Amino acid sequence: MLEKAINGSKVYWGWIAFLLLLMSIGAACYWQQLSHGLTITGMSRDVTWGFYIAQFTFLVGVAASAVMLVIPKYLHDYHKFAKILILGEFNAVAMVILCLLFIVADLGSPQRLMNVLLHPTPNSVLFWDMVVLNGYLLINILVGWVTLEAERKQIAPPKWIKFFIYLSIPWAVSIHTVTAFLYCGLPGRGYWLTAVLAARFLASAFAAGPAFLILVTYIAKIFTGFDPGKGVLPTLGKTVVYAMCVNLFLLLCEVFTVFYSQIPSHMAHLQYLFVGYHGHGVLVPWMWSAMIMAVVGILILIVPKNRQQDNLLIIGCLLIFIGAWIDKGLGMIGGGFVPNPLHEITEYVPSQLELGVSLGIYATGFLVLTILYKVAIGVKQEVE
Amino acid sequence: MKTLRRNFLKIAAVAVLGWGVRPASQLLASGGGAEPSEGLLFASRHSVHAGPNALSAKRWAMVIDTAKLNEKVMEEIQHVCHTLHNVPNIPGKQNIKWIWETHMEHLFLEDLHEYQPEAGAKSALALCNHCDNPPCVRVCPTKATFQREDGIVMMDFHRCIGCRYCMAGCPYGSRSFNFMDPRPYIETTTPDFPTRTKGVVEKCEFCAERLAEGKMPACVEVSEGALTFGDLADPESEVRKLLAERFSIRRSPTLGTKPCVYYLV
Amino acid sequence: MYDKNKILTGLAVFVVFMTYPFWNNIGSAAYTRPVVEKPKNAKECVESVEFMRAEHMAMINTWRDEVVRNGQHEYHSTASHQVFQKSLTKTCLKCHENKAEFCDKCHATVSVNPYCWDCHVDPKGEKK
Repeated sequence: MLEKAINGSKVYWGWIAFLLLLMSIGAACYWQQLSHGLTITGMSRDVTWGFYIAQFTFLVGVAASAVMLVIPKYLHDYHKFAKILILGEFNAVAMVILCLLFIVADLGSPQRLMNVLLHPTPNSVLFWDMVVLNGYLLINILVGWVTLEAERKQIAPPKWIKFFIYLSIPWAVSIHTVTAFLYCGLPGRGYWLTAVLAARFLASAFAAGPAFLILVTYIAKIFTGFDPGKGVLPTLGKTVVYAMCVNLFLLLCEVFTVFYSQIPSHMAHLQYLFVGYHGHGVLVPWMWSAMIMAVVGILILIVPKNRQQDNLLIIGCLLIFIGAWIDKGLGMIGGGFVPNPLHEITEYVPSQLELGVSLGIYATGFLVLTILYKVAIGVKQEVE
Repeated sequence: MKTLRRNFLKIAAVAVLGWGVRPASQLLASGGGAEPSEGLLFASRHSVHAGPNALSAKRWAMVIDTAKLNEKVMEEIQHVCHTLHNVPNIPGKQNIKWIWETHMEHLFLEDLHEYQPEAGAKSALALCNHCDNPPCVRVCPTKATFQREDGIVMMDFHRCIGCRYCMAGCPYGSRSFNFMDPRPYIETTTPDFPTRTKGVVEKCEFCAERLAEGKMPACVEVSEGALTFGDLADPESEVRKLLAERFSIRRSPTLGTKPCVYYLV
Repeated sequence: MYDKNKILTGLAVFVVFMTYPFWNNIGSAAYTRPVVEKPKNAKECVESVEFMRAEHMAMINTWRDEVVRNGQHEYHSTASHQVFQKSLTKTCLKCHENKAEFCDKCHATVSVNPYCWDCHVDPKGEKK
């Protein structure tokens, strides 16, 4: 089936060439990082994780979103989702690859990466994150490929694949839960030390992920004429808006707990993010933009009529996606480290080289996504 | 389709076997005197094989008498420790510190109030607390940071992958990361102690290398009596006597990390 | 056969690429064991010369784990039954004073680049 990826239009090849260009820029930046160390990033002794780990955290959520298609299709027999199911699965593959690349990019000594396997340590949540992420990657490659191959041959998929499809449901929940556990089990980091973190991660994931899927499906529709089927995207939009409501609700729960209890070490981080703390607040405009985007996105998409209109659906999804990205891809990590446990303030802003590396990684992920979608949509159109 | 499944099962089986066999074989091949004290999977406390000259204890601990600390002593302590351990002097926010001076109010966020004399301008020393329940060891994915039976939390610079999870886990800011090659920032190199390389985490090790040679930690030696080091498990030890006589506090004890550096206030 | 030319070109590129180490070395001098500087004030190493030549890397690797992770600092030699301290700088380099003429010479000839010296300090030299 891979041959579908090497037969494409000029636009297709142009896009691939563009991605390769971005990837080489990223590689050049990464080369700088390899030779000079992580000093080329904006990270510091106080803010030890930055843009890379934040992107990883956010993208785990986008990857987990495939389950929002799998559950309706396989547990509720909602067959309308059958057609875009493969897009969800292949999206998960690309996103998990992105996650893994961001983790490797963040390592100080990537040449020793395999120490995690050589000296497996189950008391570390990072060990479990490695297990669940790689597992989710394999499950989605397997399920996606096998079902697509069956579709191409116009036969029913083999029965054993059902096992992996059902397995992918709890597994998707696990990847984001374990990723939240990376943070929420640490003493002395008030912003993360909350049981609601995993739930919030899942809620924002099930908003941002399907929003991303909707947007990508529209792009695929423009360039390939791929038709997701009538009413499919508006239905998925319903998932997006409900999940975002839950996310916002959980955030408000957090705000109440923190500010009514008045515990300083918990309040400091939210203060830093939303109003600034002792005169420091690079993230304040970002966080308020995120909140406004989330609320406007919800107001648009909560109205069923709006979801039926392509333009409003796209705008709503875009707002919610960007809002969730700022919240998790900038605020979640930066906010957790500022102020540090000694209540000293060192702010973090990613460096240009750091963003360059991230750009290259994103391009790699989108290359994988493009190729997989080309194959999937190619097969679908061949069958029709 | 059938071959695909068969291959998948085969690969999965081999992978599972390989993963299981390696640690098992290591356990079996432990002849030659050195039983592996590293836990098979979960982190466990490493036994210490103290030589004939070594100082040993059941539970090492430090007591810092904040009244005896002054600028001169603190500077000397910092200087000696950092020189002896080849700690680079990197300007800016990517710096490295093993033991350093900081305000009492930063050290004891929840224990001091503004009317105490200690809460004012007074500062004290911060270093790794060598916690009895260390979060850094709990989170390390490679057991590169581990705890010995005598309580010292060690770093294995050879194994650290530089993920910096331990730095997120440490609630005391005791750990530093080598964002760059530290060597250009070391003024005088001590040949007997390694420098570090870029991409690994480092911190105070209670001078484990000196204890093995029968010497007290360097900071204690030059502290003019402000720092006391000894066996917490021995009721006759100097540290236990001080703790029995004077009022002492520890940094953020509510976090359950059980720090083993005590401050006399 | 479809795309015969493309396949053959691809194969040719592959073969040339894979055999690069062989034809790149055609004409270069044959390997000779480098003459390394022997310690002046010591006759015997911690183990026999043959053992050290073949196994020193594995031995040092074991030493570092035993010292760092188990706190075992003493090495009981099987050759001389003496006790040595397991230390690269304090034991090995005490006799093999000249790192450049001992370690580096051989390592350079066989193109290995151990990263010991990224951290461990050559007490005598490397004055940058």
